[in-house]
Amino acid sequence: MADSALLNLVLWLPFAGMLALALLPAARAELIRGLSLALMAVQFALVAWLVARFDPAQGLQFATDLPWIPDWGVHYRIGLDGYNVLLVALTAFLGPLVVLGAQRAVTKDLKLFHAMIQGIQFAMLGTFLAQDLFVFYVFWEAMLIPMFLIIGIWGGERRVYATMKFVLYTAFGSILMLAALIYLVWTLNQTTGVRSFAFADLIGLNLPLDAQLWLLAAFGLSFAIKVPMVPLHTWLPDAHVEAPTTGSVILAGVLLKMGTYGFLKLGFPLFPEATRELAPWLMGLSVAGILYGACLALVQDDIKKVIAYSSISHLGYVMIGLLSFELVGIQGAIVQMVSHGLVAGGLFLMVGMIYERCHSRKIADYGGLAKLMPLYSVAFLLLTLASVGLPTTSGFTGEFMALLGAFAAGWKAQAAGDSLMLVYAVLAVLGVVLGALYMLRLAGALLFGAERAPHAPLNDLDGRERAILVAILAAVFWLGLAPGPALELTEGAAREYRAIVLGHAATEGGQ
Amino acid sequence: MIENWSSLIPLLPEVFLLGMICVILIAGLYIDEKRRGIIHFLAILTLALTAVLTLRHFAVGQRYTALGGMFVRDGVGDILKLFVYLSTAIVFVYAKHWLRANKLFSPEFYVLALFAVLGMCILISGGNLLTIYLGLELMALSSYAMVALNRDSPVAAESAMKYFVLGALASGLLLYGMSILYGLTGSLDITLIAKALESGRQPEVAVAFAVVFVVVGIGFKFGAVPFHMWVPDVYHGAPTAVTLFLASAPKLAAVGMAFRLLAEGLEPMVKDWAQMLGFLAMMSLVVGNLAAIAQTNLKRMLAYSTISHVGFILLGILAGSEQGYAAAMFYAITYALMTTAAFGMIIALSHSGFEAERIEDFKGLNQRQPWLAFLMLLVMASLGGFPPLVGFFSKLYVLQAAINAGWLWLAIVAVVMAVVGAYYYLRVIKVMYFDEPDREHQIQAPGDVRVVLAANGLLQLFLTLFVGSLTALCVAAWQ
Repeated sequence: MADSALLNLVLWLPFAGMLALALLPAARAELIRGLSLALMAVQFALVAWLVARFDPAQGLQFATDLPWIPDWGVHYRIGLDGYNVLLVALTAFLGPLVVLGAQRAVTKDLKLFHAMIQGIQFAMLGTFLAQDLFVFYVFWEAMLIPMFLIIGIWGGERRVYATMKFVLYTAFGSILMLAALIYLVWTLNQTTGVRSFAFADLIGLNLPLDAQLWLLAAFGLSFAIKVPMVPLHTWLPDAHVEAPTTGSVILAGVLLKMGTYGFLKLGFPLFPEATRELAPWLMGLSVAGILYGACLALVQDDIKKVIAYSSISHLGYVMIGLLSFELVGIQGAIVQMVSHGLVAGGLFLMVGMIYERCHSRKIADYGGLAKLMPLYSVAFLLLTLASVGLPTTSGFTGEFMALLGAFAAGWKAQAAGDSLMLVYAVLAVLGVVLGALYMLRLAGALLFGAERAPHAPLNDLDGRERAILVAILAAVFWLGLAPGPALELTEGAAREYRAIVLGHAATEGGQ
Repeated sequence: MIENWSSLIPLLPEVFLLGMICVILIAGLYIDEKRRGIIHFLAILTLALTAVLTLRHFAVGQRYTALGGMFVRDGVGDILKLFVYLSTAIVFVYAKHWLRANKLFSPEFYVLALFAVLGMCILISGGNLLTIYLGLELMALSSYAMVALNRDSPVAAESAMKYFVLGALASGLLLYGMSILYGLTGSLDITLIAKALESGRQPEVAVAFAVVFVVVGIGFKFGAVPFHMWVPDVYHGAPTAVTLFLASAPKLAAVGMAFRLLAEGLEPMVKDWAQMLGFLAMMSLVVGNLAAIAQTNLKRMLAYSTISHVGFILLGILAGSEQGYAAAMFYAITYALMTTAAFGMIIALSHSGFEAERIEDFKGLNQRQPWLAFLMLLVMASLGGFPPLVGFFSKLYVLQAAINAGWLWLAIVAVVMAVVGAYYYLRVIKVMYFDEPDREHQIQAPGDVRVVLAANGLLQLFLTLFVGSLTALCVAAWQ
């Protein structure tokens, strides 16, 4: 009981923080920064305590269930489970780093900025913790307005265009999800007489295949826009490039995972038959995303764009892991989500650090940073290697397991006379090679060669920046060297997901 | 007809209101200009006490009648009335500042507004076609006069004229429909009309004729497309304080009128009028949202946005179910609270000789007045239906009801139009937050306006936590 109260505290702390920050006088910059950081730190400590007490053997834990809108069957249901535990930890982990990273970069309208960071933290945690479709939807949408402002106020030159594009893309997807959601609950009410939005009630619903296909299309479109899957990805490079560092870190670190988390927790388990029906197509799109993102990353001249396109590629692995329906692949997908959050988040923070010094993001403007900023270069190289998926880093754990899953599924399909899955798996491996190419090209151009920078002399990392990077690198190597505890936390959920999505097939096969 | 005086108890709030209006009317003659603040407080006090009297015999779950069924007190009516009082009181607070700044601060504004409120109460409680018409006209005539409050402004005079001519036409059409109903059923009493129509002995064409005229009359009062022509002109031309009033409470009264006439009186003809409302709702959603995009004047934009919100309210009513009526009521209530805040913001930014009514006037507001910009952000996002603000819940409620009643295509139109609508609300947010300010934003609004405005804006956020209780109240009203 006390733990569930603690989880509520975790969720509502940033909300209270947003209001508290709004009431502070705008002139007290240090106080605002300090309070924002302290709130995030406390939140992370609480989450760490809860994750340590999380029992992998059980499903939903620390749950709260209060009636919210009884006439519609909406309950305020939140809780920690195997699906969200790692992502909640990731969100809470990145929170203080995001605030720290913005210390120097953001001076304009500081108060609103920190209030919005707290606001989006609240919405993101709520989306992950929700155990009720309605609560999920409300939090999902609530992320929009803070992000709209973060990109639109503190962004680059084309920020208004980028933020409008981001919001309209996302809003379009969400509206479809809303329509599907109303229909889903209405059907539940028609068939069982129960009025409920609880995941637990909805997942058991046995819908006819054509209804499932439509509903999966509606849910899937809104998730696929967030992931983003090719061809719905065009908002991402604009949003990433125009967003301030903080915005990019939040986008890459957590927001993109909303899409894959949505598929894992809702999209696929709610409509298992349709998922199996569409799996080859989705798999194809994911592989296309892996290769297309990687190819585009190869030819960019803007550091941020390289990382933005690499995100499209890396999230493709999450999707193939989820779609392999193999335990190892699913677990790999979850680890890959966290890994990408750390690595891409870290890389965006590093781009921010160099941008603060030189006010340029052009690759061609830099060279030989290894001599100019040795510490920076070491950290950058380590994150690059993690992004490439070198063993001992988290990127390896995630991508390797996801690919393993894809191959396992491929061999099975091959045995049944269908070699498409195997082809996809092989093509996905090609993505790893391309990943090494574009990341090493980026690192090589920045760190080595003739010494060149738009601003001299360059100071190497200061204490604050070192602290941020040490924290991220520690997490990256921890997930790479000892993924055991993390895998243990998610194993139950991965098994459950697999059983639900394959469940009906197994019984059909038996009949 | 009056058997004993205690049968008049349900009428007590209205009788008290009428008495106080007379007091204010006379007091206005004797209070000199410097002390007109007294009138203001008296008017708000009147509303508060009327609310207390209404609450004393709160009729949720019950039904009292007085004057032989002419006057009905039930849960629906009482809840609507309470929010009429509340939104009018908020309007008074905002209006005082504006009226003072524009040298229009006179007792007439309060007297006319309170007469309009009385008309709304009678309309909402009308159990008889005559009472409904009486209430409607009392409300309408007071409103016409209010639009013309600023005698020296040609724009205001023009819009008052337009409002009056179109309004009178609408009343005429409604009266025509009512007289056909009387001829067909031989009664003016709503419940008796419903009973007579239930038997189905009336010629179908004649009944359909009556329904058309009644729906047209209601459509006019709502400002639904194609009877919306007066809305943008009146909103734009009327003094802002009056626009504020016209945009809020009368919508609640119109919902009450639709309930009495359609949901009670013409209940057996639900198939007929639901079709017609379906058309009106669709047109209102499409025209309102698309036309709003092209506006540069905030008052006009809000006028078109009102039309689109009316489309949503009609969506709830045409569901023809108790859920739908409750949803429409919930929508109207939350809408009244949103729209007062939106106009309140225009008033807060206006000062003597300057009217912050163009969207451009909000440029860079965040840099000058971050708190007001944040409140406006909440209001705009709520009007646009972004979760977690309360506007989202009202839209969702109505959509649920419409889908449950089988109006899937209309729900889809509504959803698509909601995305279009999100665009122009976002534009206001964009102007406030992303653009550079090109002038000083002087704020001369006194403390009471600021406090009420803050409460009104934050309500959009905090009402979310109490959506459950408010919907429960709306549902209880229909049981």
